[in-house]
Amino acid sequence: MAVTTTAGTGGVRPRPRIRRFEDERWLAYALLAPTAVLLALFIAYPFVKGVLLSLTSSRVGVEGEFVGLKNFIKVFNDGIFREAMWNTFWYTGVTTVFKLALGLWLALLLNRNFKGKAYLRAAILLPFIIPTVLSTFAWKWMFDPTFSVINWALFKVGLIEQRINWLGDPDLAMASIMIVNIWRGVPFFAISLLAGLQTISPELQEAAAIDGARPLQRFWYVTWPLLLPVTMVVVLFSVIQTFADFQLVYVMTGGGPANATHLFATYAYQLGIGTGLLSEGAAVSLAVFPFLFLIVVVQLLYIRRVETR
Amino acid sequence: MIEGALWRKWVYFYIPLALFVFVLLFPFYWMGITTFRPDGELYQPWNSPRYQPFWTNNPTWDHIAYLLEETLFSRWMWNTMLIAGVSTIVSLFCGVLAGYALSRLNFPFAGSLGTVIFITYLVPQTLLFIPLAEIIRNFQLGDTPWSLMLTYPTFLIPFCTWLMMGYFKAIPKELEECARIDGASRWQAMVYIIIPIAVPGILSAGIFAFTLSWNEFIYALVFLSSPEQKTVPVGVTSELIRGDVFFWGSLMAGALLGSIPVAFVYSFFVEHYVAGLTGSVKG
Repeated sequence: MAVTTTAGTGGVRPRPRIRRFEDERWLAYALLAPTAVLLALFIAYPFVKGVLLSLTSSRVGVEGEFVGLKNFIKVFNDGIFREAMWNTFWYTGVTTVFKLALGLWLALLLNRNFKGKAYLRAAILLPFIIPTVLSTFAWKWMFDPTFSVINWALFKVGLIEQRINWLGDPDLAMASIMIVNIWRGVPFFAISLLAGLQTISPELQEAAAIDGARPLQRFWYVTWPLLLPVTMVVVLFSVIQTFADFQLVYVMTGGGPANATHLFATYAYQLGIGTGLLSEGAAVSLAVFPFLFLIVVVQLLYIRRVETR
Repeated sequence: MIEGALWRKWVYFYIPLALFVFVLLFPFYWMGITTFRPDGELYQPWNSPRYQPFWTNNPTWDHIAYLLEETLFSRWMWNTMLIAGVSTIVSLFCGVLAGYALSRLNFPFAGSLGTVIFITYLVPQTLLFIPLAEIIRNFQLGDTPWSLMLTYPTFLIPFCTWLMMGYFKAIPKELEECARIDGASRWQAMVYIIIPIAVPGILSAGIFAFTLSWNEFIYALVFLSSPEQKTVPVGVTSELIRGDVFFWGSLMAGALLGSIPVAFVYSFFVEHYVAGLTGSVKG
């Protein structure tokens, strides 16, 4: 077909295929096709498959049969699952508050002019850049019960007499993974909020200062309201990431001691991959979905509100 | 008066900033010093009088030698680089095209498609890894780099698209119209006029995608099983720990060497990176 249309004109006229792209609709669909194929194949399809899997009794190597909501009921009556659920909320809540507070503080410090600012800004991003698993190993080594440099430092300063078994005690293990998560997240908050701060005109600050506002007042009544849109986006993004965290806990404690630090993801991994209970594991990881969905809806509504304002 | 101001500056600025920098960077120093410390010094209990944390007088290459000679570390590095490289290119290709379509073309469903891509950006890997493992097995891609090269773009494309939409929107429409009047087709206007202007955006999206795929862990952990197929994070985790025994020296050496390529790429493009990061935050 293509041959008959181009043969007579000797290829002077643009070919029909190219011409079709002059139509915005066709071009748009063609440009979106690769993305659509990949996302459908490796996000939409697995999602549907995950839902179906959670309704069966599949195990590794065993094609299960349909069991309805049995897996979900079983999982919700499972003590470890409930603990993992509370852990996830607790972990996300506490770390987000600290990441925001410390990140904001660091952003305010970096927003001032001083020598070597560019280098410092680059250096503090390192915890966020370096692969999480690798930097988490450094922390695991620092928390090692026998060789801990943190214990050594606390001992030398005179704060402790006995060793602290950071990852062996359930409460301390949770605190430890939170510390590492905060350490990793603060640079992201700081740099993003710094970018937000730099869009705020210094004249507003000056005007407020002339009107007699003290530094704290200037922050609270001028800077903070203007920074709020950026803050919202950063917080929601971070909440989603933290809520679905896996690697940090996997490396630090593997969910232990005695399941005290399991999050949704690590427990799903233990059930689905570790024990081979595929359908129960799928049910656990799908349990994250309602919460994530809620967060995404809030975020979309918020963004829409900001855009239409 | 001036002395008072100086004192304030120390309390409110220099000391907090120094503390932040110290805490944020100390683990990397610890990684580095552990790498070069001989085992005899390394395994001193914290309360031993011979514990000297911050320096070593007998630096050694043993841990790095062990890592390179006795493990498949260089193979893992190569795997990770290849996978991160290919998934970055695939994601940039898809993301640039999709970003262009969504920001500069009028067509039905443009808005809702944009929303769908935004939502997929927020779907974490930990939600899908179990069914995906089944799919990868059905496609017979298990234990091959393809399993990651094809799945990493699912979380990289949405990000790249989103970032590119912002860049494309900022380019004035007149530029494209001029090219069209001069006889360029829509396609040519896109390829020869708009995309070259968006190169800084493409670069920062690429850096971000590269570091994200270098960082990815759970897919690599679940899809790959044989030691010679593994990526750096998975290889280090599974091969340098035997039961309860951690090879801390080599483990830290692996963490250090595994971080260098990312740190290098990023230090090279740090300005683009920060621009990309903040661009994505502004939406």
